[in-house]
Amino acid sequence: MNAYHWISRIALTLEAENLHLMLLIVGAWMILGLAGFARPRSIRLVAHVLFPLGSVLCLCICLLAGLFLAMRQGPQMVILPLGLPDLPFHIRLDALSAFFLFLLGVAGAGISTFAAGYFRSGEGTAPALLGLHYHIFLASMALVMLADDAYMFMVAWETMALSSYFLVTSHHRIPEIRRAGYLYLLMAHVGAVCILLCFGVMQGGSWRFTFDAMRSAPLAPFWATTAFVLALLGFGAKAGLVPMHVWLPEAHPAAPSPVSAMMSGIMLKTAVYGLLRISFDLLSIRFWQWGALLVVLGLFSALFGAIFAAVQTDMKRLLAYSSIENIGLIFTGIGLSILFATNNMPLFAALALTAALVHSLNHAFFKSLLFLTTGSVLHATKQRSLGKLGGLIRPMPWVAGLALIGTLSIAGLPPFNGFVSEWLLLQSFLFTPQLPHAFLNMLIPLGAAVLALTAALAAYVMVKFYGVIFLGQPREGSVENAHDANWLERIGLGWLAFGCVLIGALPQLALRAAAPVTDKLLGQIVRPSSTVWWIAPIAQEQASYSGVILLSGIVAVVVIAFVVVRMLAHGRIRRTDAWDCGYPWQTSRMQDTAEGFGQPIRHMFGAFFRMERSLPSAADTTPRYRVYIEDRIWQGIYLPLARGVQGLADAIGVLQGGRLAIYLLYSFLTLLGLLVFVL
Amino acid sequence: MRGISFVRQFVEVFLAIAIAPLFTGWIAQCRAWLQNRSAPPLIQPYRMLRKLFLKDVALATNASILFRATPYVLFGTMVLAAAIIPSLVTDLPLARVADSIALVGLFATARVFLSLAAMDIGTAFGTLGARREMMIGFLAEPALLMVLFSAFMLFGSTSLPSLVDGYRAHQSVIDPSVIFAAVAFVMVLLAENARIPIDNPSTHLELTMIHEAMLLEYSARHLALIEWASSLKLFNYACIGFALFLPWGIATNGADGAGPLFVAIAALIGKLVVAGAALALIETFSAKLRIFRAPEYLAMSFLLAVLGLLVHLLLGA
Repeated sequence: MNAYHWISRIALTLEAENLHLMLLIVGAWMILGLAGFARPRSIRLVAHVLFPLGSVLCLCICLLAGLFLAMRQGPQMVILPLGLPDLPFHIRLDALSAFFLFLLGVAGAGISTFAAGYFRSGEGTAPALLGLHYHIFLASMALVMLADDAYMFMVAWETMALSSYFLVTSHHRIPEIRRAGYLYLLMAHVGAVCILLCFGVMQGGSWRFTFDAMRSAPLAPFWATTAFVLALLGFGAKAGLVPMHVWLPEAHPAAPSPVSAMMSGIMLKTAVYGLLRISFDLLSIRFWQWGALLVVLGLFSALFGAIFAAVQTDMKRLLAYSSIENIGLIFTGIGLSILFATNNMPLFAALALTAALVHSLNHAFFKSLLFLTTGSVLHATKQRSLGKLGGLIRPMPWVAGLALIGTLSIAGLPPFNGFVSEWLLLQSFLFTPQLPHAFLNMLIPLGAAVLALTAALAAYVMVKFYGVIFLGQPREGSVENAHDANWLERIGLGWLAFGCVLIGALPQLALRAAAPVTDKLLGQIVRPSSTVWWIAPIAQEQASYSGVILLSGIVAVVVIAFVVVRMLAHGRIRRTDAWDCGYPWQTSRMQDTAEGFGQPIRHMFGAFFRMERSLPSAADTTPRYRVYIEDRIWQGIYLPLARGVQGLADAIGVLQGGRLAIYLLYSFLTLLGLLVFVL
Repeated sequence: MRGISFVRQFVEVFLAIAIAPLFTGWIAQCRAWLQNRSAPPLIQPYRMLRKLFLKDVALATNASILFRATPYVLFGTMVLAAAIIPSLVTDLPLARVADSIALVGLFATARVFLSLAAMDIGTAFGTLGARREMMIGFLAEPALLMVLFSAFMLFGSTSLPSLVDGYRAHQSVIDPSVIFAAVAFVMVLLAENARIPIDNPSTHLELTMIHEAMLLEYSARHLALIEWASSLKLFNYACIGFALFLPWGIATNGADGAGPLFVAIAALIGKLVVAGAALALIETFSAKLRIFRAPEYLAMSFLLAVLGLLVHLLLGA
């Protein structure tokens, strides 16, 4: 009783000071970043002291955010004495921020712990700089979620983009990495400009840039829609929504693995946060067409990402495309929620939004986990190409075991966490026939079909990912000598894998965490259930699911079956060569390559790809087979756009003659023009 | 939760485990009769299992723990699925654990494990089988989900016991969408259970193998467990079909006592006998499709299910 009393006292104190403590943590991250410069070349200081400390701070912020969500208190606000003279930084913590800060903390803790074991000296950027960029990146993401005015938001957003750019290009001596970084920076800034314009529209002529003012600004339907579309473009570019996804498959393979994990697991979610903040909170969703647009774009991204992931041969590119798929699913959930909410069905809207939020959380867990395992594989084998890996489950049992959990989770298989959010999303799709639009009713079951196809394709992709890397025979001899991850890396991976299993077994926890958010945004929550055993989001007769009983049931049957087989039969085993229908010579080259495994997808979805193939002729003495696959979007949109910009720049460049007389003439003409304008 | 429902739960699971190989044996017997061969005895699958359990395992030298664990996982998922599907009674303690969408997920878990195990040894046939199995799987899964969606449209539930109760409450309702869904479901059942026209359970011809190619490296008790799990999978699919389209005889909520249970068992056995004969008939009359035609077959079943959904929306709304 006494202990409970003390705990509740502490919780209450923490609760009251929640926002201040969070700001302290953000400040502490920045100090940690700077502290590395005490000994800039010391990997021991940066990796073994600062990164674990940063990870502890992640845990603290996750606890604070979790506490805030659990106590369900009103928003807390602070005005910092920084920023412009008449526009100080406004900071605000509410349920939406708290949910995403929770995500940041819980995934960041695992990634930072892994990073402590991952970064070695002598690779790319100096350790101290790396530590600075990394911790500034963390701090800026937290500030994006805490910002309460447009100015603060944009400062944090740009800091996030720049610090992550420097992290992506930490191996900047390699030209491809510099190119990938440039593309990333370009897309980030196109997105940032759209967001800036969106804020410009939303202040609605009042010239007040706090979110509070924007919430109450009366916007005409046209301007509200303009603001929404700009926000969609801006945040879509950050999240990797098709067709703004081009930077993702380039930047992720270029970045060091913990950075990829951070960008994919957490940074993409800041875009989800931004879209939710602007469309639900600031614009207070007004038109169902917004939702329809989001559903269409989201489903297309999901399918597109899954199909392209299936044909990749670089393990990190594969995961990057899979991120596009998952972001597509999250945006679909948000879109459905808008559709329901604008048609006065708050319960179903809450269900769809919960699905999107839970999927964001799940994606932070399993995608970070998988990106980190690619990091371990990369360190152990120096290979990123799937064509050269294989059989790593034997030299790297820890990494392989933890990666299996991530693989099953991302493939959306029960009883792991990926399934929970897909299940919630499918459940919310089931209610779309109740929408009062005859046309939408017809189209949306097809949307559910696309969703089902995507989920099934994701399983295909992940079997390829796991099977080619960890199973089979090594495709290159050097892979045999791979070593397992060190213990810091194992802790990081284990933490994330534990999250996958926990949310899979007890999805109630994730639903509870999402409930304050849907309550705030829609005034409605999805009740997990009256019992602790299962979740039944709408009604128990309608649908129910219990991860924990499913998991323990499978484990129980497996154990019983094992014991019974051993008791009634025997356990004798004889080790021999593989049989393989009696073929005597088996080499590792006879297994499916990554290309081979993706072949059925290439065959079926040929229309999506631009493919270049060179096949050997019968007379070749050194036959070579090559296939090159590219987005059609790259050829169809980006290259013409780039050529257009180049042409325009060239046309304007004509003005620059290089002769002083001409420039003076320009000035004269401008003055003349202004005179005419004034008079 | 009442004690009697736990008893019935156990009866259902043990009955499923016990008679699943019998169902496979019955189909094989019917096929043999239809093809003018002398049929194997009905208990042939049990003899096979016994023989396999007594043999020594011959395991490839580089097999990992995943390879050895997979047969148990497969068996575990299929037994759990049998516990969830209302084949005899709807008042099951475990029935609320997973609705039909989660059941589809459970089958997918089994498929992914088997495919991964097939890739573990790193032989040409193993990966070939895994690739083909996953291809069939990702095409069949959406079709199956569409079938379940059209059932949801009728009775507003994805939970199988509620669906059965719903059907029993409106016995006269025959919706045209049900016919589309039923045809689509049978097509998916054939594809998912490695039957003709997608796969041939009795082939070892390398170009046509899917399921068998994945099992090549398995022997003895591991193979026995996988075979048992496969027959349980077929049994489970049949029971899902009965719950969705032929729910008569299943003891619904409140029907206590041994009487309804015996009726349910008799009805189940009757339905299995008819369904097994029908499956054998379909398999005898059709030829195996080329592997590249399999997507067309599954796309057709998918379209049928979607058509059923649209028909329901057009007529029923």
